[in-house]
Amino acid sequence: MNRDIPMSRIVTTELRKMFDTRSGFWLLASIGLLGLLATAAVIAFSSDAGLTYNTFATAVGYPMTVILPIIAILSVTSEWSQRSGLTTFTLVPHRGRVIGAKAIASVGVAVVAVPLALVIGAVGNLVGTRIAGVEPVWDLTLTNMGTILLGNVLGLMVGFMLGVLVRGSAGALVGYFVYSFLLPTLAVILAGSQAWFRDLQPWVDFKYAAGTLVDGTVTSEQWAHLGVTSVIWLIVPLAVGLAVVARAEVK
Amino acid sequence: MITVDSVTRSYGDFTAVDDVSFTARPGRVTGFLGPNGAGKSTTMRIIVGLTSAGSGTATVAGRRYVDLPNPGLEVGVLLDASAQHAGRTGREILTIAQRYMGLPRRRVEEMLELVSLTPDEASRRVRDYSLGMRQRLGIATALIGEPDVLILDEPANGLDPAGIRWMRGLLREYADRGGTVLLSSHLLHEIEVVADDLVVIGNGRIVAQGAKSDLLRAAGSIVRSTDRGLMARALGLEGVTCSPAGPDGLLAQADASLVGQIAFAAGVRLLELRPADGAGLEEMFLELTAETQRDHHPEGALA
Ligand SMILES: Nc1ncnc2c1ncn2[C@@H]1O[C@H](COP(=O)(O)OP(=O)(O)OP(=O)(O)O)[C@@H](O)[C@H]1O
Ligand SMILES: [Mg+2]
Repeated sequence: MNRDIPMSRIVTTELRKMFDTRSGFWLLASIGLLGLLATAAVIAFSSDAGLTYNTFATAVGYPMTVILPIIAILSVTSEWSQRSGLTTFTLVPHRGRVIGAKAIASVGVAVVAVPLALVIGAVGNLVGTRIAGVEPVWDLTLTNMGTILLGNVLGLMVGFMLGVLVRGSAGALVGYFVYSFLLPTLAVILAGSQAWFRDLQPWVDFKYAAGTLVDGTVTSEQWAHLGVTSVIWLIVPLAVGLAVVARAEVK
Repeated sequence: MITVDSVTRSYGDFTAVDDVSFTARPGRVTGFLGPNGAGKSTTMRIIVGLTSAGSGTATVAGRRYVDLPNPGLEVGVLLDASAQHAGRTGREILTIAQRYMGLPRRRVEEMLELVSLTPDEASRRVRDYSLGMRQRLGIATALIGEPDVLILDEPANGLDPAGIRWMRGLLREYADRGGTVLLSSHLLHEIEVVADDLVVIGNGRIVAQGAKSDLLRAAGSIVRSTDRGLMARALGLEGVTCSPAGPDGLLAQADASLVGQIAFAAGVRLLELRPADGAGLEEMFLELTAETQRDHHPEGALA
């Protein structure tokens, strides 16, 4: 008798599907290319005092924080937008397993890409300071690196959640830009004019709460902010999206 | 074996599939026939769990489709050949199926050869495929796991005449080796040539089902003569109902020997007399779905 398809096989297949199209390939390649470009830009334009590891890591990491969520979004939405889900969900009829495998594969990509960016940043720091003739400054702790990784994984999961919730590539991408640019801007404006919102902001503004992950040390209260805002902006909508996907017609 | 039992599915207050029950048996090709929008694709999507049934059950090999541990090895499914990521190559799409199912790599090349996609074509992106090439790729995906059951929605769509003949042969051989084939089409002749059993659906309801030979036997004879009016009257006097078919023919609800006898007695000069199986299924199809089909021919337009 046939045995169940092992989860590992679904994960590796989903991983392959992320990068076996031209757009998937270029998304991945652009993380590396933009990272190199960012390194070169820091070397060319930064003041000597600004040449620290943190500067490099931030510059290299920025394109990644934008592109990783897009990779996650498309991995989910292409099943609907490109209609490949018709095959996927007949070969693996448990939709939860497919979506779960996509989540694992997406997080896997972040877990590889972020350390890679940190390495590119380190190389940039060595080369840049050598060219400028100054001592390299290593101003990122291992904890910092950990929180940077966590921040990227959270950003990616937001993209993933929007993919599951919206299921259309265009809609999910728009949603992603609303989430990561429009809402934070509105929050800044609101906080600037409304005193009551200023106290509330850390508890409701996901981007604000996640911002502390990049800055470095995170206090226990800030962890609490992060936890609460993730539940509101990530966990709850993801749960709703999963419930809908499990039932929705695939055509 | 595919068993569909009282399956109903509504969208709002529109019932797309209405209390549909049928069985597709091993060793036989079951043709699923119906006009556009009759509910064929919806029924097939329900069988494989892509659409949920409002009520009723569908099983494949005695189990619900979702309960099959590795469905690709038991059921080959082709619902819509164009539903593929346009940016993948044909070979890549087969490779993904091969991976999900855990098959050896060589199956990919074997399948490409089986459906006559050249290595060069297999390396092209599906966006640049012709409809027929997509259909071949879809058939390859359905067959790669060597399943015992095939569910194919309009697989002949877009195939050239040689491709259609090839597919008929393939399905025939498949059923003769004990496989179950459920094949939908609105192309009557396509189904007629290859199917053993027929399930005819119109407006979401089953309007006829059974062995093709039984359904055809009931369909009578085609008789062409120099005087259709006289022929029709002669048949009517003997209590045989008939309807116009073609420019000078009649479809008579009786076997050929009785029709010949009546013509002889009435002195009608015949041009042709044969069992209706060729045109018969078409007549049956149009008749059975008369209230449900969308193109209404004005009464007497054939006369
Ligand atoms: N999601 C949906 N919402 C509303 N109506 C739907 C939906 N899906 C299908 N239908 C309707 O159900 C009916 C049956 O559609 P279906 O695709 O099953 O027909 P079909 O027999 O496959 O036709 P064709 O031969 O044209 O492929 C159609 O009237 C269609 O518009
Ligand atoms: Mg259809």
